[in-house]
Amino acid sequence: MSKDNQILEELTSKEYEHGWSVNYEADEAPIGLNEEIINWISAKKEEPQWLLEWRLKAFKTWQNMTEPEWANVTYPKIDLQSLRYYSAPKQDKKPKSLDEVDPELLQIYERLGINLNEQKKLQGIAVDAVLDSVSVGTTFKATLSKLGIIFCSFSEAVKEHPELVKKYLGSVVPMTDNYYAALNSAVFSDGSFCYIPKGVRCPMELSTYFRINAANTGQFERTLIVAEDEAYVSYLEGCTAPQRDENQLHAAVVEIYAAKNAEVKYSTVQNWFPGDKNGKGGIYNFVTKRGICAGDHSKISWTQVETGSAVTWKYPSCILKGDHSIGEFYSVAVTNNYQQADTGTKMIHIGKNTKSRIVSKGISAGKSQNSYRGQVQVMKRADNARNFSQCDSLLMGDRCGAHTFPYIDINNSSAKVEHEATTSKIGEDQLFYCNQRGISTEDAVALIVNGYAKEVLNQLPMEFAVEAQKLLALTLEGSVG
Amino acid sequence: MLTIKNLHASIEGTPILRGINLEVKAGEVHAIMGPNGSGKSTLASVLAGREEYEVTEGEVSFKGKDLLDLAPEDRAREGVFLAFQYPVEIPGVSSTNFLRTAVNQVREYRGLEALDAVKFLTMMKEKMKLVEIDQKLLSRSLNEGFSGGEKKRNEIFQMAMLEPTLSILDETDSGLDIDALRIVSNGVNQLKSKDNATIVVTHYQRLLDYIVPDYVHVLYKGKIVKSGTKELALELEEKGYDWIKEAVDSEATV
Ligand SMILES: Nc1ncnc2c1ncn2[C@@H]1O[C@H](COP(=O)(O)OP(=O)(O)OP(=O)(O)O)[C@@H](O)[C@H]1O
Ligand SMILES: [Mg+2]
Repeated sequence: MSKDNQILEELTSKEYEHGWSVNYEADEAPIGLNEEIINWISAKKEEPQWLLEWRLKAFKTWQNMTEPEWANVTYPKIDLQSLRYYSAPKQDKKPKSLDEVDPELLQIYERLGINLNEQKKLQGIAVDAVLDSVSVGTTFKATLSKLGIIFCSFSEAVKEHPELVKKYLGSVVPMTDNYYAALNSAVFSDGSFCYIPKGVRCPMELSTYFRINAANTGQFERTLIVAEDEAYVSYLEGCTAPQRDENQLHAAVVEIYAAKNAEVKYSTVQNWFPGDKNGKGGIYNFVTKRGICAGDHSKISWTQVETGSAVTWKYPSCILKGDHSIGEFYSVAVTNNYQQADTGTKMIHIGKNTKSRIVSKGISAGKSQNSYRGQVQVMKRADNARNFSQCDSLLMGDRCGAHTFPYIDINNSSAKVEHEATTSKIGEDQLFYCNQRGISTEDAVALIVNGYAKEVLNQLPMEFAVEAQKLLALTLEGSVG
Repeated sequence: MLTIKNLHASIEGTPILRGINLEVKAGEVHAIMGPNGSGKSTLASVLAGREEYEVTEGEVSFKGKDLLDLAPEDRAREGVFLAFQYPVEIPGVSSTNFLRTAVNQVREYRGLEALDAVKFLTMMKEKMKLVEIDQKLLSRSLNEGFSGGEKKRNEIFQMAMLEPTLSILDETDSGLDIDALRIVSNGVNQLKSKDNATIVVTHYQRLLDYIVPDYVHVLYKGKIVKSGTKELALELEEKGYDWIKEAVDSEATV
């Protein structure tokens, strides 16, 4: 057996680090999916009537839809009736501030290396922590509100800023958009809301940390980010889940709205439980993420490092409506063992002189399948649209697959669209070269993989980049050698 | 320091090395010459621990240890350095980053503490002078887009950084221009000490004017068929390999 294959053989030896779960008393919806459950969730959250009606409408829409099957992934049909759609840690009363949050819940986040205690936080990142279905607490709220920035859980936003939620909810990802987006619209439980007023540059990174803890519970969160004229924000999202034998469903929706001259950077380090080395368990990650560059000269930039989940189905996209607006997508997707990822982006050029850039780096190991699926669409009136796409695949071993599905649809002859794609293998000679300099095989893989993904990792905020590098190395640990 | 006894090695079932015997002592320089395909790079790879080669017979001891028993990275950490005939490119990884990982792993193995960024850069600056390598080259991706000569120079720079006890230079001279050959050879000479040894694989006598060997060996069909002093290299330069080949081949048919 070649060295590469042995490396791959052992790749699976690394246990998922965040595989623990914690027992706490939970406030749960009954299992199943129907109008009553939706009423139950909405009542639980003390929602206004308009939102309940919005949910019910989404549910009706969803009932007439079928699960999409075009993605290059296979998994057994999910029995949506066997899931629970709401689970929240029981708290005696609603916490008013972080000090009132159950210390046990804070400890869950401590264990993940996320400190929700503001005093202790040095990094200057404001965090909203979402456990199962609800937001546990948001840090730095006061500091931010002085600038007029709203950063809170989605439920809180519904209560405190209903006019904003009403205005933007579903404006970028309509409930009719797709099967999972419709489902999310019907049953979403919580998530984060972020509003940057006109002319404000958010002085710190805003971050949401998602954790699934409860068993048999779907996580359906919604994130809504609005940046008004000249506003700027950099937003980070991290996710983990315990190791369980059954698959768990995660179907989130993220909407971003960027007004004139606004800029939003959205970075994700996705580390949901990927399933064990035999492909048992793991998260089904079916996510709809989309941003609209509504104003002229606005910019939305997606950066994602995808290492977890058993099945990933995710296409963070940009609608470039404003003239001179810019959309970017930087992605590293790693799959190992039996993981399947079908991910990419859509860049829809509507405005004049719009630009988009796509850099996708797939890394497949084990028996995994890794697909890039990207669409570049240039509308009739989008004069001088520009797109550059670079899609690279790196293979480790010979039992995994890498696939590229670029769709290009040009309706304006002044458009310039460039697409480059490469496929390479981590070579035995690269590994041997590193070994010959005294570098262990594990570290050699980490070095080579991080070098390969560098252009994307460079887009991440500093602390996140370091985390992501470690995560890449960890995901591929034992994959060679 | 290095003792090779009756070393046989094959690749995919084809025997390439057929009984190599060689003794290298500290402070010595050995030159290995021989026609294309005779097994010189194979010998270097086997010593460095490349897994594709199967050692079918023989033994190699290095500083009293069974070299063949060690993983390639441990051989390197013990002090075996191979300057590759064809250095490999690693996109996205700068020479600096690569070497820092290497140097610190080697140091850890030798029970030394890791060098911090400042100490490491100081050391780099010092060694850069030795082979007159440009800083710009070192901040680029390792060997990616390097010219042939730049790659070779970078190999010797790495050697300087890793401070090996046994250096095997596989055709380091090929691809170097006349000035570079002098500079790189000077670098190698400055790294020489009574405690380390060098094996240079080359086709050209010219290199041996700079790096003067104590012994010259001719490898042919996987065996050392002739050994001598540096005069042997001059003789080969003049007469080629035919006379040696003939002698060996006629002996074999007897
Ligand atoms: N994978 C392989 N399968 C079969 N034969 C191989 C393989 N790799 C190397 N060889 C053979 O082994 C022999 C020795 O090769 P090696 O590279 O050691 O020669 P060399 O003496 O270094 O030659 P040069 O002077 O051209 O560098 C050659 O005949 C080569 O073709
Ligand atoms: Mg050779």
